[in-house]
Amino acid sequence: MRLLDERAVEDIAIGAAVLGTGGGGDPYIGKLMAIDAISEHGPIKLLSPDEVNDDDLVIPTAMMGAPTVIIEKIPRGDEALEAFRILERRFGKKAVATMSIEAGGINSTIPLAVAARLGVPVVDCDGMGRAFPEIQMVVPHLYGVKATPMIIVDEKGNLVMLDTIDNTWTERISRAATVVMGGSTVIALYTMTGKQIKEATVHGSITMAETIGRILRENKKNPIQAMLEYVKGYEIFKGKIVDVMRRTVAGFARGEARLEGIDEYSGHELLIRFQNENLVAIRDGEIVASVPDLITVLEAETGQPITTEGLRYGYRAVVVGIPCNPKWRTPKALEVVGPRYFGYDIDYIPIEERMRKR
Amino acid sequence: MPLRIGIDVGGTHTDAVILDEKNNLIYAVKTQTTPDVTTGILNALRDVLKGSGVDPEEIQAAMLGTTHCTNAIVERKRLNRVGVIRIAKPATLAIKPLRAFPADLREAVGNLWTIITGGHEYDGREIAPLDEKELREAARKMREQKAETIAVCSVFSPVSTDHEKRAAEIIAEELGHNFPVTLSHEIGSIGLLERESAAILNAAVISVAEAAISAFENAMREAGLHKAKLYLTQNDGTLMSADYARKYPIRTVASGPTNSIRGAAHLTQLQDGIVVDIGGTTTLVGALVRGFPRESAVAVEIGGVRTNFRMPDLIAIGCGGGTIVRKTDSDVEIGPQSVGYDIVRKGLAWGGDTITTTDVALASGYAKIDDPRIDLNRLKNLDGSFLTRAVSKIISLVENSIDKMKTSPEPLPVVLVGGGGIIIPPSHYDKLKGVSRVIRPEHFQFANAIGAAIAQVSGEIDRIFTLEHMSRDEAIKQAKEMAIQEAIRAGAKPDTVQVVEVDEIPLAYLPGNAIRIRVKAAGALSM
Repeated sequence: MRLLDERAVEDIAIGAAVLGTGGGGDPYIGKLMAIDAISEHGPIKLLSPDEVNDDDLVIPTAMMGAPTVIIEKIPRGDEALEAFRILERRFGKKAVATMSIEAGGINSTIPLAVAARLGVPVVDCDGMGRAFPEIQMVVPHLYGVKATPMIIVDEKGNLVMLDTIDNTWTERISRAATVVMGGSTVIALYTMTGKQIKEATVHGSITMAETIGRILRENKKNPIQAMLEYVKGYEIFKGKIVDVMRRTVAGFARGEARLEGIDEYSGHELLIRFQNENLVAIRDGEIVASVPDLITVLEAETGQPITTEGLRYGYRAVVVGIPCNPKWRTPKALEVVGPRYFGYDIDYIPIEERMRKR
Repeated sequence: MPLRIGIDVGGTHTDAVILDEKNNLIYAVKTQTTPDVTTGILNALRDVLKGSGVDPEEIQAAMLGTTHCTNAIVERKRLNRVGVIRIAKPATLAIKPLRAFPADLREAVGNLWTIITGGHEYDGREIAPLDEKELREAARKMREQKAETIAVCSVFSPVSTDHEKRAAEIIAEELGHNFPVTLSHEIGSIGLLERESAAILNAAVISVAEAAISAFENAMREAGLHKAKLYLTQNDGTLMSADYARKYPIRTVASGPTNSIRGAAHLTQLQDGIVVDIGGTTTLVGALVRGFPRESAVAVEIGGVRTNFRMPDLIAIGCGGGTIVRKTDSDVEIGPQSVGYDIVRKGLAWGGDTITTTDVALASGYAKIDDPRIDLNRLKNLDGSFLTRAVSKIISLVENSIDKMKTSPEPLPVVLVGGGGIIIPPSHYDKLKGVSRVIRPEHFQFANAIGAAIAQVSGEIDRIFTLEHMSRDEAIKQAKEMAIQEAIRAGAKPDTVQVVEVDEIPLAYLPGNAIRIRVKAAGALSM
């Protein structure tokens, strides 16, 4: 067990934007919620997964809805309290902690705010090790954990409990409820035992986000190289963004960005295809990285992550590839989050192998 | 003949110009900016009137672009004690007002806040009805705690202004009709914390603005400008009346760079391009789109606070005429430190011991400055390879910023304004990467004040149209007509009003297929 203070939360927010691979929403609001709660209730207790007993109960928390609504109608802060009480009654025991379902983007910091406000610890793990757009795209889903019973609460106090036949229905019904409830809600889902946490989640993700954030903050000389050494990632490309194309398809911001190489990449070209998150990187016509591995665009000088919304002509950027958690590399997992699920007819090859061939 | 005065306050100089009704420059002066700002403005006003010899009765309008508010916020001085009332409960309790302020600024504005019941959903429904009793109690408590001004911010006020407007009425009943109240929807768009912060900053500079505007009005009277009306220039390059500026002074914070971009457009008659304004310590690069500065799409920080009101999209680099050039073991470093106005003491050519970008330009032979204190012999020890390296670094710093401001690789014209522009060698004008041509117009050193003098009057509408009974095109047409009428009401000459911006934002999830349309129209001030 260790404590997370305001500084740690600041670092986690930066690291979460790196792990968000361009999507997942701005962690800014969640960060301020956590800092607000810490200033009133003190630092957050962080448990490593092996500090949770096998039969302990852990309730992950997150937010659902349109980012435009979340930045205007900020949550009340204690919405999860009632969600915890109902799920604890349902499972017949008290929850020992909360956790994050998504290490990248806004939902990385929301559980920190919940933990500080409710006075429960947060577990150093998450459901993805990155950001993905849909409720079933989590490692617990691969291990047969159900998202329901799921609680959806709004700031007014309206509360919905869902029991569904599968996670696809969960996604549909919860999103419809969120719209009616005013466009943003706090959700509690994928309730797990300590045993499930140990098997079916990505471990160490909060520490990883925090360390990435700290490296980028402290290392002024070569932040990106230092960060890549830590995450065992690869520099895929360095270049200038020369073209960005976007279109909105069924609520997803799809598009592509083209970079012209600079320095040792001069004369080469990189194409990044994205749908909220960066999905595929193609160098001179050859794929160099794809989902579920992480592809992140960083501002070349400062190492600050650039979201897909923030991509624009003229940025000098370094594109990095980070190996995803091995749990995403099984055939079953690749059916859920592999390149084909996102509409690219290519085989997934781990980034380590692609880089070794070069 | 009706004349106008334009005044712009910069970090080093305060400039004043007089323009006739056809926008011809009659006279221009440069005076030094003073620490209190006001004295410098009064000096400039006096000098330009005296130097030009025009009859003060002929001056019909004075346009002022000032840094009073920006300075007060950055220096955390002379700020009002602000009572913050957020209308939002039960929403938003997770992040308190002022939480995102740096601690020293939070203290400087008094750290008085409360959150009361009310606010709206994204589609205009109420989160909860406005609790008027709670509001009255809050207003009275703010007065007991010695608040000098009040900032009101309600959830989704850009969608429904009802609760903020009702709050203003109630506060006036409780605290008197002259008690200054800032309503957030007048300043910012969607993004509660950023809009609230902008409203708080506005409420904090009410007294600073009041003092500056009154001082200037007095000076105008003393100078015999009996017929002139006073206007202040806003971030977007248009004017507001002195009375509106007293209520919403925060709208002046980025008017300097905007005026320089507008002035550059006027001096060159260019509608689209890049403007490079090289001053003493900083070079500002902005984009000109249809005669106006392109606005920033991301949150802009003022005094360390994230806000979301519309500001010009700018890149500032620490490379101006007084920027320090250093030799390192194998290379040359440019800035970002600058000797600024001290160049006449510290610059190498003036007998000082600091190499500046201006020294590099003088030693390389492409710049000439008519100043008897300069002795080029002092630059003899700067060797050729050092100079070549320094010049190419300066050029690539500017080239990179120009490139970042562009939205496509097509070459664009560049307008070079500002006194520090001599650091770019004219022989490179046609060699700059991604640039079709470089224009250095006559009177380039007065672009800012000219930009203030030619500022237009605008009208803006921002509302949600439901498309049940009209088509999208009809909605946009209606919105444009409303904006044009707003501009005319604000004092624009009807035959000069043009729509300068149309923004269309579809609102996802909203039943009845609604869109938010924002239109801005602007025209010449009718005199």
